[in-house]
Amino acid sequence: MIKVDRTKADGMYAAISEKMPLFIPVKSAGEVNYAPWEKGADVSLDTLKTVKSAKDFFFPQSETMMRFKAEGKKIEIIDDRKEVAPFVIFGVRGCDYRSFDILDKVFLQEPVDTYYKERRDAAVIVTMACAKPEESCFCSVFGIDSADPKGDVTCYADDKYLYFKSNTDKGAKLMEIIGAFGTEGGEKEVEAQKKNTREIMEKLPFTHLDLSVFKPENLNKLFASEEWASLSEACLGCGTCTFVCPTCQCFDIRDFKTNDGVIRFRCWDSCMYSDFTQMAAANSRTTQLQRYRQRFMHKLVYYPSQYGGTYSCVGCGRCVNKCPQRLNIVKVIKRLGDKEND
Amino acid sequence: MTDLENKIIERAENLLESGEAARVVGWKKGEFYFDPSPAEFDSKEQLRDFVYNGFCGANLSKYLIQVSKKPGKTAVFLKPCDTFSLNQLVKEHRVNRDNIIAIGIECNGKLDIEKIKEKGVSAVTEASETGKEVTVSSLYGKSVMNKEDILLIKCLTCKSKKLVGVDETIVLGEMEEAPSDRFEEVEKLEKMTEAERFAFWKSQLSKCIRCNACRNVCPACSCVKCVFDNPQSGVAAKANDDEFEEQLFHIIRAFHVSGRCTDCGECSRVCPQRIPLHLLNRKFIKDINTCYGEYQAGEAADGKTPLTDYTVGDVEPNDVFNAGVRK
Amino acid sequence: MQEIKEFVPNIVAFCCNWCSYAGADLAGSGRLSYPANVKIIRVPCSCRVNPMFILKAFQRGADGVILCGCHPGDCHYVTGNYYTRRRMAMLFDFLNYMGIEKERTRVEWVSAAEGARFSQVMNDFVKKITELGENRRITDLRVKEK
Repeated sequence: MIKVDRTKADGMYAAISEKMPLFIPVKSAGEVNYAPWEKGADVSLDTLKTVKSAKDFFFPQSETMMRFKAEGKKIEIIDDRKEVAPFVIFGVRGCDYRSFDILDKVFLQEPVDTYYKERRDAAVIVTMACAKPEESCFCSVFGIDSADPKGDVTCYADDKYLYFKSNTDKGAKLMEIIGAFGTEGGEKEVEAQKKNTREIMEKLPFTHLDLSVFKPENLNKLFASEEWASLSEACLGCGTCTFVCPTCQCFDIRDFKTNDGVIRFRCWDSCMYSDFTQMAAANSRTTQLQRYRQRFMHKLVYYPSQYGGTYSCVGCGRCVNKCPQRLNIVKVIKRLGDKEND
Repeated sequence: MTDLENKIIERAENLLESGEAARVVGWKKGEFYFDPSPAEFDSKEQLRDFVYNGFCGANLSKYLIQVSKKPGKTAVFLKPCDTFSLNQLVKEHRVNRDNIIAIGIECNGKLDIEKIKEKGVSAVTEASETGKEVTVSSLYGKSVMNKEDILLIKCLTCKSKKLVGVDETIVLGEMEEAPSDRFEEVEKLEKMTEAERFAFWKSQLSKCIRCNACRNVCPACSCVKCVFDNPQSGVAAKANDDEFEEQLFHIIRAFHVSGRCTDCGECSRVCPQRIPLHLLNRKFIKDINTCYGEYQAGEAADGKTPLTDYTVGDVEPNDVFNAGVRK
Repeated sequence: MQEIKEFVPNIVAFCCNWCSYAGADLAGSGRLSYPANVKIIRVPCSCRVNPMFILKAFQRGADGVILCGCHPGDCHYVTGNYYTRRRMAMLFDFLNYMGIEKERTRVEWVSAAEGARFSQVMNDFVKKITELGENRRITDLRVKEK
């Protein structure tokens, strides 16, 4: 384990970004989001939750898939992807790190999404252990240990030092750069912090959420529950929850006409939107209740039944903090759970 | 529970019991003290979850578009700024006013949980207000905060504490008008150079994730189908593939609600990236006030709006930049 | 050395069918010239112009947008241009508030009899935009990419 004084962190970021692009939580225009590190960037490692999650690196909000160029009767299809050079994502929390597994199951199953895979393979992930989880956190419900996340390198932080531990070969390479800025040691401090974080986690209000009713065999019962009407009544139909969610994976593919051709791009879609899965003939979900139900059924029932019981939620709590009308997955889990257990 | 909250629930109960109202629209207790959601209450039992505290910032008037179509009367509790929104919706024939019992309630500014968290206080269990101070209790103890520091942006520059067009009111204390000038920040931007303003908006709008929360919460955005949701419009976009689309969305939205925006500030409250969207709408309000005379949308439920009206001697568009508006 | 291309601006002019469009005609038949890079779009009344039209013009590569209508009081539909006047006053000042150069947008009242004025207005506007340079602030860069 390597211990780096926080005052040397900027030097370390500079050294890493000389070798490859470094993405890190940066405060810009008042909010903390991942951004490329550059000199003078206002790095905010202690921010528990960036507004947008880390899924952007592999599944960006919008990306060009291909271009079409028409000349007379000939149409040329241009794939102008460039090889993705290795890059570092620094400061991924345990919940966001787990979300990569959930996205992998979707994008890396056959047929493999090569756009996703290229970026996934190129990334070196430095995870960040949580020291001060807050009341909206419930990652432990999904078996995530936020005190000790994995990834290529794990970083633990206290007020004075950053501690680094490498977990993979990719990580070991990165450690060569980091090593120059610190000294060996810090195991004792890190152990103490892990213990402390786990104790806090245990006390948080959502830690003991009961997910037992959310299993494939209850699909029809849950789908037909009368609770959806009151759960969804205040829903605005905005896409905030889906766009800040680290595991939402739906996308739409659209064309944009330029002056001499067409750009085909894909962008995030949200099941909250009225034109989600719109087909030529009709829309499969015409009311906000149906759309709202879709989102939570997908996370808690459909996804687990397709992918071996893994829930498509990591308990990061972003939707808990960001929903304009304060609706969220916790309210759904509790209400449906209470109803079924009665 | 405060006296005000008691009074409100009491009134809701007898409206439901007497059958005067078929339902009540209010705020429902959440998982915490600080996360109530808008909700409909049909029975006295359901009212057990009714809350009215410092975190009931949500404007309930837009829900009435749907709710007022239901059979029977709907009683709704509206804070002063929300009453302007309801009036505006009535003016636009979006809400059937005959089906609504509008009850104006006291509001002295609502609190922003994010701002409290930024002060290092988490797990809030209660926030009791006494004048300019708020005592915030959390799992880790109590702390006294200056109310001004933790108010929602929209409440810092509250336009008015008037309750307009309501059927009855529940106001126990004096509601103090906010002292600050709501056009101060707009003026600050106006004084910048074009390049500075461009840089400001570019950095702010580049945060936009196109979640449409600002549009969906806006009481003035009541179109049945928005142009940005219509795949046939050529501008529908679910993401900003180019910076232009951020600009396009926010410019068109601000223009579309100009003259109708009551400045309720919901857009800024709901923005997950905290973009100061109210500064867009306020620019229009300020320009309208300067060029066409003082106008407050929602103050009256009839009459013309500034952009559906004219006078023969209106200012020329090419002069607005330096005459009348920008000095 | 790289050859520096001279900047030729793209101008979109929305012209009212009843006045400035005829004014443009008159300019033509009077052999008065105005720059060829002004693309005229005929509209039934200046108040037909939705702000979306203007933004779309910028998106698609316009460097300047000018809106021409009948003189206030002379509208073919009696009051259309009074509304235009208010809308565009608000919109163009707002665009400037967003940091868009105020010279890029303009409203002019040109009657059917003012062929000479039409050509002069266009010449002036094109000159201004040429001095100002390319529009980079409110445009879709995907359109400009080759």
